[in-house]
Amino acid sequence: MNEEPVRIGVFICHCGTNIGGFVDVPAVVEYAKTLPGVVFATNNLYTCAEDGLASIRDAIKEHRLNRVVVASCTPRTHAPLFQGVCEEAGLNKYLFTFVNLREHCSWVHMKEKEKATQKAKDLVRAGVARVRLLQPQEEARIDVEPKALVIGGGISGMVAALSIAQQGFPVYLVEKESEFGGFVRNLNNLYLGGKDAMETIKPLIDKVMANANIIKCLNSRLVSVEGFIGNYNIVIDANGKEIKDKVGVIVVATGAIEYIPEGLYGYDLYENVVTLTEFEILCKKKALPKINSIAFIQCVGSRGQDKSYCSRICCNVAIKNALNVVENYQDMLGLGTGEIVEKVPVEMKAPEEILERRRRRRGRRERGEEEEEAPSPTTGKIEVTIFNRDIMAYGVEHELNYNRSREKHVRYVRYTPENRPKVYKEGDKLVIDYWHDTLKMQRKMTVDMIVLSTPLVNNPDAKELSKMLKVPLGQDGFFLEAHVKLRPVDFATDGIFVCGTAKGPADITECVFQAQAAASRATIPLARGFVQTEALTARVNPTLCTGCGTCIEVCPYKAIQKNKDGVAEVIVAACKGCGCCGATCPEGAIDLSHYTDMQLIAEAKAALQEVIE
Amino acid sequence: MNSFEPQIIAFCCNWCSYAGADLAGVSRYQYPPNARIIRVMCSGRVEPQFILRAFELGADGVLVAGCHIGDCHYISGNEKCQEKVKITSELLELLGIDRRRLRLEWISASEGAKFAETMRSFTEELKQLGPSPFKEVK
Repeated sequence: MNEEPVRIGVFICHCGTNIGGFVDVPAVVEYAKTLPGVVFATNNLYTCAEDGLASIRDAIKEHRLNRVVVASCTPRTHAPLFQGVCEEAGLNKYLFTFVNLREHCSWVHMKEKEKATQKAKDLVRAGVARVRLLQPQEEARIDVEPKALVIGGGISGMVAALSIAQQGFPVYLVEKESEFGGFVRNLNNLYLGGKDAMETIKPLIDKVMANANIIKCLNSRLVSVEGFIGNYNIVIDANGKEIKDKVGVIVVATGAIEYIPEGLYGYDLYENVVTLTEFEILCKKKALPKINSIAFIQCVGSRGQDKSYCSRICCNVAIKNALNVVENYQDMLGLGTGEIVEKVPVEMKAPEEILERRRRRRGRRERGEEEEEAPSPTTGKIEVTIFNRDIMAYGVEHELNYNRSREKHVRYVRYTPENRPKVYKEGDKLVIDYWHDTLKMQRKMTVDMIVLSTPLVNNPDAKELSKMLKVPLGQDGFFLEAHVKLRPVDFATDGIFVCGTAKGPADITECVFQAQAAASRATIPLARGFVQTEALTARVNPTLCTGCGTCIEVCPYKAIQKNKDGVAEVIVAACKGCGCCGATCPEGAIDLSHYTDMQLIAEAKAALQEVIE
Repeated sequence: MNSFEPQIIAFCCNWCSYAGADLAGVSRYQYPPNARIIRVMCSGRVEPQFILRAFELGADGVLVAGCHIGDCHYISGNEKCQEKVKITSELLELLGIDRRRLRLEWISASEGAKFAETMRSFTEELKQLGPSPFKEVK
């Protein structure tokens, strides 16, 4: 250290009577004056008031202070204010220490002034011991490449990409399928009476296709990512062609797939037992079999049956489909196409789309042949029953649909998880054997078709992607945001964002919200052009480091890597300054700036003993 | 022994436990003035060395306080802290220091009452235990 000797100023606040009433402030000031390095100490009625702030500013100049201690309230609310004053007076704001005399002393020891005063002296002494060792810190700037990468070309990915592109930044939109649209491509309609789902989202796809800022990568996948916010080096396999580029931010919008209810409710045993999405495909293809009755079973594989969570959207989708059946069954039967399906087979005879989906998911091969039978459509009313644990038709539109479905005589039968309905076959009839929880009776219902409402589950690719991007997956396999309430579309790692069903079940409206939110968050560093790094980061002493890699393992932000010499190196832009690495390093080779081992131990020592070294 | 006032060093993480201590103050929960809080950004920053040094320097008890598991501002620093404290308390036992002198508590920013209660019970416990054996050597 080749700098001038420390000249510390201590400012002790009365905070009106909040501190002054319970601590002998003048005595603490007198005590502070005796501490080594302290050249100035005073008290203020309110240090945070303009005259208090001015006293700091003036004292820094007059007494050539190069360290400042303010002993008042809590740094959590007031540190930025006092640090600002230090900066105004030309002092690096990291040469400042806060001592908490109000929340941690006067307010909690209101009946023992003598002991509180002693504690206040100890705290000030510890603060002085700490401030002596502080070093100026700088927040570095890192340039941001003004380009983005959006992974996944479903609704969320398209909205996010479009939103970023419309703000003027080039975006790579990477989709593994041959067309954009994602999960919605499976669906029949998105709302009641609405047109075909693909028709609904076509304007969005058109806008994406027409936007010159979006670099469309179909049949593509992300091969590798390296780097940190502002500087991600990406490699995309774009339909066989390799693209290498640098982007500043990444948005994950990889979506979800439907849970396959293997072994549940005869799904892999009986004909005419399909999942909700398969049912949508049948409706969309106008390939429903002829039926007189249909039952939906809700919460299949979710809410504790296999997955713990509620998939949220299935109640609404089941209600929508129940109404579709009641109101538009004839339209979905395939009249006029000459392709009426007698029965939806278990596996072998399924319509092409279902077969294809099942093959993809399960890796099984297609066997068998299509069986055709003469069309013989039914004409009567179809009985629709929804077996549910409880219907959660949240929001305005869905609750109205629910009411409407009741008016149309859709039956709702409640079951409990202890008494789930059983599905079996009697002759060639599907039977649902269930405990009627309201009637308290065991009952049987014969139905022609059963639709199982299964939850959304994360894309199987998510695991690999989470490793590549070094972002976490939650307990249920979905991507985990930085904070469930306050940072819902951010990852803890700066520069990477998440939206849509990749982070949990959501309907399309919510996916659009999230995508717009993620795009808006992602464009902040792009528009700014640089990021300010944390000043408080881990620092590696390369001569002590043995390259054991323990720090790399414990770092929650993957902000440490090994450099070409085999020793640990902190990626300053990614480091958040928690200090876990420093606490773990077996060689003591890592320290956290501003919270160094030396500073913390000196503070502890001064808190315990009367001497400051 | 009754007049013995234990000295406690409390390492509190900035985001939860330090804020919990702030809330105890704002709520005017009274507790014994035996602890000196040292602010760290994350409980995961607390090295075993800090704890051992604190005892060496005359602390009768050390409290490490962080966010509840799952709430860590730095994702998982508190989990690492938990492991370190566990190992350190075994080490303390080997050194002849009662492991009750080292406490780990999860105190959130909303748990001012818990902070105050922790201070009361820890101070009481340390009074029962008497001065740290290291202190007597000094």
